[in-house]
Amino acid sequence: MRDALPGRQVEWVEGWGRAAGAAGYVYRPTNVGQIREVLELARSRGVPVVLRGAGRSYGDAALLAEAVVLDLSEMNRILGWDASNGVAQVEPGVTFHDLWRSVLADGWWPEVVTGTMTPTLGGGLAMNVHGKNNWTRGTLGEHCLELTMLLPSGELRTVTPETDGELFHAVIGGFGQLGVIVGARVRLKRVHSGRLEVHAVAAQDLATMLRLADDAKNRWEYVVGWIDAFASGGRSGRGLLHFANHVKADEDPAAQESLRAEAQDLPARLAGVVPKALLWRFLKPLTNRPGMRLINAVKFRLGSTIGNDKRYRQTLAEFSFLLDYVPNWERVYLPGGLIQHQSFVPVAEAEGVFARQLELCRRAGLPSFLAVLKRHRPDPFLLTHAVDGFSLALDFPVTASNRDRLWRLVADLAEPVVEAGGRFYPAKDAALPGELYRATFRDGQLERFAAIKERTDPGRLLRSALADRLLLP
Amino acid sequence: MTRRFAHALVIGASSGIGEALARHLASEGTRVALVARRGERLAEIAGDINRAAGEERALTFAHDVCHRDEVPVLLQEIARALGGLDLVIYSSGVGHPVSFTEYSTDKDVDMIEVNLLGAMAWLNPTAERFWRLQQGTIVGIGSVAGDRGRSGAPAYNTSKAALHTYLEALRNRVGRRGVKVVTVKPGFVDTPMVADFKNLPMVVSADRAAAIILRKAGRGVSTAYVPARWRLVSLVVRSIPSFIFKYLKV
Repeated sequence: MRDALPGRQVEWVEGWGRAAGAAGYVYRPTNVGQIREVLELARSRGVPVVLRGAGRSYGDAALLAEAVVLDLSEMNRILGWDASNGVAQVEPGVTFHDLWRSVLADGWWPEVVTGTMTPTLGGGLAMNVHGKNNWTRGTLGEHCLELTMLLPSGELRTVTPETDGELFHAVIGGFGQLGVIVGARVRLKRVHSGRLEVHAVAAQDLATMLRLADDAKNRWEYVVGWIDAFASGGRSGRGLLHFANHVKADEDPAAQESLRAEAQDLPARLAGVVPKALLWRFLKPLTNRPGMRLINAVKFRLGSTIGNDKRYRQTLAEFSFLLDYVPNWERVYLPGGLIQHQSFVPVAEAEGVFARQLELCRRAGLPSFLAVLKRHRPDPFLLTHAVDGFSLALDFPVTASNRDRLWRLVADLAEPVVEAGGRFYPAKDAALPGELYRATFRDGQLERFAAIKERTDPGRLLRSALADRLLLP
Repeated sequence: MTRRFAHALVIGASSGIGEALARHLASEGTRVALVARRGERLAEIAGDINRAAGEERALTFAHDVCHRDEVPVLLQEIARALGGLDLVIYSSGVGHPVSFTEYSTDKDVDMIEVNLLGAMAWLNPTAERFWRLQQGTIVGIGSVAGDRGRSGAPAYNTSKAALHTYLEALRNRVGRRGVKVVTVKPGFVDTPMVADFKNLPMVVSADRAAAIILRKAGRGVSTAYVPARWRLVSLVVRSIPSFIFKYLKV
């Protein structure tokens, strides 16, 4: 008879959207030796292992019910930093926050950051995250020079695009299914100011949104759009776009000052008065359909009148980390939590597919509370989510009464994406039926991934709820 | 508010109230693990459930509750097989008939083993787990027989009285973190345990008892008499002074 795992390790772990959660046996190692011990413990008990960083994937990427949860957030040292060439050697639990605060004063910024600064780089590489500059800079994985991996066999392996391109391009974006990323060398980009030049414009409909975003993609490094998903008829898809470029050295007299990490700190109070930590409590009464319809309409009205065609400067943190602006905002969706669905559609099909998705949401009586548009380009990773096109990310509240309808809606939203040759983003996903995800890979990518998994983890020790759902037939 | 359960474990699910609870839970869509000594009987029940559901909704684990050392790993295995665990019901129980002049330590020990120590073996790790997770419901099937020491069933009464006290203490431990512990006190339920007794009052079917128990568990009440009128009966019985009670043939 096998021994039980220690009951004291049991914790409830959730996705960021808090609509998916499970009990697991959580271990937080701080070095490779401890990771090895945890893998061995799990193997000896016949229990699978799920890898977890900061838990900032919205859905079930870092969850598996009753598994050993290998939480790497405490293995978080920056082991090396070379300010002459902008290359950092990091442990997997280093967050975007840790990284930018350490390097900004030297005039560097991560090539790619997510909408919140809290994810870990290990998790970011495993999900191959992107930011608002996906068209110009690609995904996080494209700026990784070298990975150190611990395979479930206990073998430590250093992988680069040159030495083992196949494994490198499968591990990045491989949702932690091939091995444990225990270290990474990443390249950052030179910045001369801690501020961005931002241009805000309004678009009265979806076609205009897409055209403006496409026109901007080569002139602006960052391109992001917000869509009022409640608007219907001829106004469907209306929204606001924000474009941004880094301020050049000669354009900012206070450049040096703005590169101090403290100059980037997001204000703790709204209008200098309301502590932002409390803000989500004020938003909660509005987190329902009438309330969100009102917020979306007011936001568009302001953005399309006094805010339209405006240029201004924002700090890097202010522009980049909108999701950190209201701390704990995800709590407004409790008790049911939220899910997000993000689909990536080739340029030519985007307008048709997104118009249909917005219509499907309205018809189902489940309009998205927050809809975000971005421009993307393909990347070289095996299970990449990106295409030469646009993505539309849709946030939905989950309630006891809408859950079944919402899961059906996600499947309905996904079908036109598959038909259009699009893709989905596992870091955001909680509800996509596996067959629709798998249908987006038509060139044997899944078979190649399975073959690599068979080599690196033949005992299938590494699993996640997401991988079980999306990858297993 | 009555909550529904996603993943449940019923220990003592091969007959009587436990079987009825497992069937009820499954019919409401709950994935349920059935634990009892008789693996074949469990397989029959699970087969019925799964055929009716059209999917694998019931899982079986053969286990003798006297084998307490098996419990920690089995509990984890069950939670893993179910994909979670939010309700644990301890329903195993034996009530050996003893005559008025019989003093059988073997029978008494067996009743204490099954009715009390087995419950502790299963509910201790369950309580630890639910305490850490700050959620979950524990149900212990006690009995109105545990409310008094009757001449006809000293050890059975003791086992149930001790179980009630243990459950109350668990509730006082884990209740402060949102975990529910429900003490169920059935009256006479039409199960194999009472098959030999004739002319029992207020008998309900196991099915009816299960429906009541699950409703109470969903509400997370502290103590549930099944059916509710036994609360009044028990109140009267508990109020009878000992110097009178000792002459009663109950």
